Amino acid sequence: MFLIIFLIFQNSYFQSIKGYDTPADEGGSITLEWKIKEEFLSDTNPIKFFEIYRKEKEKGFINVGFVLSQYNAYEDKGLIDGKDYYYQIWVIRERDTLKSEIIGPIYSSAQWFNTNRLNVLIITIILFVVFLYYIEKAKKGEKLFVRKIAGLDAIDDAVGRATEMGRPILFSFGLGFITDVVTIAALSILSKIAKKCAEYGTRLLIPNYDPIVMAAAQETVKEAYLEANRPDLYKEGDITYLTSDQFGYAAGCDGIIIREKPGAIFWQGYFFAESLILAETGHSVGAIQIAGTTAITQLPFFIAACDYTLIGEEMFAASCYLKPEPHMLGSLKGEDFLKAIILIVLTFSAIIATLAVIFKDFTFINKLFQFINNIFTVK
Amino acid sequence: MIRHQLPLIITFFTGMLLIITFFIPHKPFGDLEQRFLIWYSIISGFTVLLGLDSLVRYHLSKLKKEFNIHSFILILSLFLTLILGFYSWFKFKTPFALNSPFMFLYTYVIIPLQATMFALLAFFIASAAYRAFRARTFEATLLLIAATVVMLGRVPIGGYISKGIAYFISFLFKIPYEKISEIQIFAIVSDWIMNIPQNAAKRGIFIGTALGGIAMSIRIILGIERTYITK
Repeated sequence: MFLIIFLIFQNSYFQSIKGYDTPADEGGSITLEWKIKEEFLSDTNPIKFFEIYRKEKEKGFINVGFVLSQYNAYEDKGLIDGKDYYYQIWVIRERDTLKSEIIGPIYSSAQWFNTNRLNVLIITIILFVVFLYYIEKAKKGEKLFVRKIAGLDAIDDAVGRATEMGRPILFSFGLGFITDVVTIAALSILSKIAKKCAEYGTRLLIPNYDPIVMAAAQETVKEAYLEANRPDLYKEGDITYLTSDQFGYAAGCDGIIIREKPGAIFWQGYFFAESLILAETGHSVGAIQIAGTTAITQLPFFIAACDYTLIGEEMFAASCYLKPEPHMLGSLKGEDFLKAIILIVLTFSAIIATLAVIFKDFTFINKLFQFINNIFTVK
Repeated sequence: MIRHQLPLIITFFTGMLLIITFFIPHKPFGDLEQRFLIWYSIISGFTVLLGLDSLVRYHLSKLKKEFNIHSFILILSLFLTLILGFYSWFKFKTPFALNSPFMFLYTYVIIPLQATMFALLAFFIASAAYRAFRARTFEATLLLIAATVVMLGRVPIGGYISKGIAYFISFLFKIPYEKISEIQIFAIVSDWIMNIPQNAAKRGIFIGTALGGIAMSIRIILGIERTYITK
C-alpha cells in the first residue's frame, strides 16, 4: 500500500508547498516541493538558495540541506520509516530570509512495487512470452531458417589453415569480465575452436585479462579436449593470465603474436582502444583473423583489420549457429520476431513524432506522442 | 547429476531473483543487486591471487627449462613492484603516497609505458585506414568518400577548402562571396553523415545487440545455454 502524506499549505510567501513520502522507493525518503509567489521573486532582492530544516516531534529544527535557487524540490534521505517528521523551508534572499509554515507530520515508507517501472515489467513479460513461444515451437519440430554467418563458417578454415602452416592459434576475450554476456558468448565460440584444435592437434594460446575468465576458459578448453578424446593435448600453461592493465595486455598479446606467429587469431569479446593495436599486429604476421564484439566503437577497426567480423548480435547467435538444437534456434527466431515488432513501433513512433511537430495544435496526436514517449521511458 | 544440475538451479534462481528485484524497491530486494556486485568484487579481489599464481608458475617453469629474458624481466619486475609496494606501505603508511617509491614506479615507468602503447595506435590507424580506404569495391569507395568528408569536416584545413569552394561558386554563378563565405560545407556534410546515416547504423546494431543480449540471458537463465558449465 502506498502511504503518501500529501500536504499543501498556502501561506504568505509560498504559492504551494508539499511534502510526501517519495514514491516507488525503498523507504527512508521524503520529497519536498515548493513554489514561491511571483511577488517575492525580485531582481533587486534575488533568491540565493533554499535551506531545508527538519524536526522530529518534541525536538528542535536542524538544517538538513540546501537547494540552489533554480530548483524547487528536495529529497530528504536516510530517514526512519514510520517516524513523524516536520519541515520548514527558508528562502535565503540577498537582503532577507523568508520562512515557510511548518509542514508535517510526514512519514516515509517502503513500497513493494516500483510503479515507475510498470512499462519495463510489461515489456519483460512480452519478451519472455515471445522467446518461450518460439522455443516451444522449435521443440515441436518446426524447421527454422538461420542465415549464413560468414565469420562463424570461417572458423573451420582458419583452424585448418593454422594447422597446415604448423602454427598455433590465438584466442582473446579482450577486456571483458565473466559478468559480461559477450564473454559467455565468446566461451561458446571458444568451445567450438578448442574442439577443432584438439581434433587437428593444433596448439591453442589464450592470454587473459581477467583471472575468472581465465579459469572459465581453462575449463571450457579442457572440456572440449575431453569431448574430442584428446585430453593429453591440453596444456594449462597455454591459457594464462597476462595482466589487468589495458595497454599492458595489448603489449603482452602483441609480444605473443610476434614471437609465436599464430596462423589464426580470434578476437572475441569486449574490446576498447587496444583493438586496433591487437588486430594490426595480427595482420602483420599474416594470421587469418576473426573478430567479434558488441563494442560498437571498435567494430570499424576490426572490420578494417580482420578478415571476418561478427557484429554485435551475431556473437550472441554463435552458440545457436554452432550447435543448432531446436530450443537454441527457437530463441533466435524469437529475437527476429521482436526485431520486427521494434521496427514497426519505431516507424509508427517516428510518424507520430513528426506529425506532433507539424500539427502542434492537434491535441490527439500530441497526446498519443506523449503516451508513446511515456511507455518507453525508463525511470 | 547434482554436479551438473546445481549450477543450473543456482543460475536460474539468481537470474530470476535479480529480474524481480528490479521491480521491488522494498528491502531486502531493493539493494540486492548492489549486494551481489559487492560479493562479486570480493570474489574478484581474491582471484587476483589466481592470476598471480598462473603468471608466476608459467614463467618460472619457462625459466627452469631454459633462460628466457622476457620471463626473467617479468618475474623481476613483479617482485620489485611487490617489494616497493610493501616498503612504501610500511614507510608512508600507504603505497599511494605521492613521494613513495611505489608511486615513483607507477608515475615514471607504468604511465609512460601505457602512453607509449597507446601512441602506437596512431601508426596502426594509418596502416588500417590505408587498407580500408582502397577503393576496390563500391562499398569501399563509399567508405573512402564518407571518411574523407568527415575528416575534412573536423580539421581546420576543411574550413579553408570550404572557403575556396565558396569563392569558386561565387565566381562561377556570380553570387556575392560574402553571402556564402561562412558556409562550412565539409562541416555540414560531416555532421549530417555522423548524425543521420552513422547514427542510424549504430542504433540498428545497438538494438540487435540488446535483443541478442536479452535472448542470450534468457537462454542462460532457463538453462538452455550451458557452454559455461562443464559436464
